[in-house]
Order: sequence, then structure tokens, then C-alpha cells
Amino acid sequence: MAEPARAVAHVDGGADPRAIVHLPRALVALFPGTERRLEARGATVAAVIDDLDRQVPGLANRVLDAGPSIRTHLNVFVAGKRATLATPVPDRADVHIIPAVSGG
Amino acid sequence: MSDRCALLVGTPKGAFVLDGDSDRQTWTMRGPLCEGWPVHDVSVEPGSGALLAAAGSPWFGPAVWRSEDLGETWTHSSEGLTYGDDGPKVATVWNVTAAPDGTIYAGVEPAGLFRSTDRGETWSHVEGLTNHPSRAEWMPGAGGLILHSIVPHPTDPARIWVGISSVGAFETRDGGATWETRNRGVRAEFSPERYPEFGQCVHKLVMAADGGDHLYQQNHCGVYRSLDGGQQWEEITGTLPSDFGFPMAAHPRDPMTVWTIPLNGADRGRYVPDGRMAVWHTSDGGGSWVRSGDGLPQENAYVGVLREAMAADRLDPVGVYFGTSTGQLYGSRDEGRTWSLIADHLPAIWSVDVFVG
Repeated sequence: MAEPARAVAHVDGGADPRAIVHLPRALVALFPGTERRLEARGATVAAVIDDLDRQVPGLANRVLDAGPSIRTHLNVFVAGKRATLATPVPDRADVHIIPAVSGG
Repeated sequence: MSDRCALLVGTPKGAFVLDGDSDRQTWTMRGPLCEGWPVHDVSVEPGSGALLAAAGSPWFGPAVWRSEDLGETWTHSSEGLTYGDDGPKVATVWNVTAAPDGTIYAGVEPAGLFRSTDRGETWSHVEGLTNHPSRAEWMPGAGGLILHSIVPHPTDPARIWVGISSVGAFETRDGGATWETRNRGVRAEFSPERYPEFGQCVHKLVMAADGGDHLYQQNHCGVYRSLDGGQQWEEITGTLPSDFGFPMAAHPRDPMTVWTIPLNGADRGRYVPDGRMAVWHTSDGGGSWVRSGDGLPQENAYVGVLREAMAADRLDPVGVYFGTSTGQLYGSRDEGRTWSLIADHLPAIWSVDVFVG
């Protein structure tokens, strides 16, 4: 079950780079208490999402489909460029998770 | 009436809860709930009274939502709600039904069954159904390849019936390890073979008030009743104006009474016949049918009612409720004889259920 997340992850030490992750409103609304901006550790998008899921249990299930793959109508950008799960994440890079424009 | 009564409505723009007064005459709406996710079904967990919502977001995938305060706050989970990394992707949850033993079942698209034994926190695939020899030949209907009806046996947790559109009904008697088709006697007019073993398009499967082996179904091709757990079905379409419709609701105490809403036909627009809205019921197990349009629009009503969008409460007299695919919610406080509008201007109503507690 979704549980309130820590407002901001404080990542200390370690070799993995730290990303600044920007989450969409509709996603954080599913996890009360979660901030729109989180820090997460990981050398790739997959690793960053894995770390996000540790901070916000259940978040990976909302972002990833079987495969695993990024859900069809979500886009992930690293430093402004469209990314896949394998895309490297440089230290202090901005990672945006953005819902595709769709619906009716 | 002293029980609290609330209507639970699922729509493509979230769930809604309508709290009724002591006479079930005025209703106060709350919503949209579940963060506006498309909600195919809202049901009640027996015993706890928790609400369960079957949902799927176009962005964030499928999940079962749970509320233990009648919709004020919700949690959600899809942990384990997957066919695995190599399997088809689960698009949405169509039905969530809690069995009397506390197990919760979820029917999903593409068709399959999942279960939770921890109140919906985690899910596991009921592989026995997916492993049925017919699986490779399952074909989606117009609504997709969806498992939409889940009917647990009232006293034997090993027995469950499910309904899958354009595939048919199945029963397990060993807790889901193995399944058998339950379609004998049901027509499939859209198939080269009129009575195949499977491929029938069950639209809604319900259990009669006396439980056990007494079942009814509204099918793409008729209305049926079975007295032996679906091993043999008898067509009871009789004098209904059409053999096509989606929803069906069973009386909570009288096993001979069910309600249905015929639509004019699969290839004729799928609205109420002649634009005159009516609910039909039988009180003799399908031997005869009675039309009731009292209080419903009797001209220019080109509306449909979907498979999950009708329900009956367990009060006396029984309240019956249905929602249209154009957002009107109607109710009857006299077992379906007369009707009144409860709410209008909702999104398309995908499901209606009732909480009484």
C-alpha cells in the first residue's frame, strides 16, 4: 500500500551520482506527503527509479510497466533529453518524469 | 431504515460516493475520488466494510484502491499485479471482488485473475486460469479481452466462477488450480458454431440469493439461468424486448428475482429499445418478465447501461440502482417498480454498487 514518503531524501556519501528528480503532480498525489522534487541516487535512470521506490514504496509500480519498461504514456528526461531506463545519469543531473499529453 | 446506505459509482474520471439519507430519498455526492483515475468497479469487502476500487490510469497503470473510511481516504497497490516481465502488460483492473473468506480477487485486462490474501497489499496471479487449454484461442470483444465477473461461492472458498467477454464462463473447484468452461446451452450467434465449448460473450454473471449452484447471466445472446453451477444453462430471454444487454442484479433474498436492462441490440446502437428507458425483472426465475419504466424517460432516451452499472441493496424493500453511459444515476426504493433520478451530469457511469452498514 502507498505510504507517506519522506519529504526529501537526504543522500549521504556513496559512489553513485545523485540526481534531482522532478515528479509530476498527478504522481505525487498518489503518495501523500511526497514532494515534487526529490534527490535520488543512481548511475542510470533504472537505478534512480529503484532508489525512488525505496523512498516512496510503490512509486516504481506507477512509473514502470512489465519488462521492465517506462510506462507508455510517461516520458523521462535526463538533463533535458528523452531517456530510457539505461540512460546514464550524471551527478546532479535533473531528471524529469512527465506524463504524456493525452486524454479527453 | 437505520443502516447507512451509500452508492458507489465508478467512472472514467474517478469514483464517486453518494451518501443516502435514512429513506434513501436524498443523496449527497462526494468525488471525484481515487485521484480521478478511470474506475471500472467499486465494491465492498464483506466484514470490514472497506471499499475496493478496480482502476487503471493511462499514465500510471493498473491498481486496486482501498478505503477504510467509506471513500474519505484511499491507498492503492499493484504489487504483484503483473504477468511478469515477459508476459503481456496489464492495462487495467475491471473488477474487484472480495470473497467471504477474506481473499480479494481482481479481474484484469488482458483477461486474467489475481488474488490477494493481505487485504490488497500484494497480489499473485491465479495461473491456473491463464493455463487453461483454451487460452491461446481467447479473442477480445469490443470492450477488450477482459475478465469482468467474479463470483465466489458463499461457503466453499475453493469454488469461484468468472466471466470473460467473448470467451465465456469458467469455474474452479480447487481454489484456482484448474478451471472448466461453463457455457453449455449458451448461444454464440456471432460464431460459426452456435454452441461452442467457449467463445460465448458473457456480459454479466451473478449468483442467486440461495447461492451455491444457482446462477444467472446476461449474455450478448440472451439471458440465462443455471441450477447446477453453470454446467448447463437454460435460456430465459422469453418476452424481453431484446436478447442483448449488459448489467444484471440479483435480489438479496429471493433467488427467483433478478433485474436486467435490455438494449436494442449489439448492431443496432446499444441503447434502450425505442428510446424508452426500462428495467425488467423476473420474480419466477425467468419464467416471465415485467417491464418498469415508471419514473424513467419514455421518449428520446438513447442511452445505454454498462455491465457493472446496476446493483441492488439488501434493505427491505430492496433498493435497485443503475447508471447510464451518459451520466445519469437512477434509483428505485420499491424493488424496481418505480424510479427516480438520483444524479445527473456525471461522467459515463461504468459501475454502481451499494454499501449498507
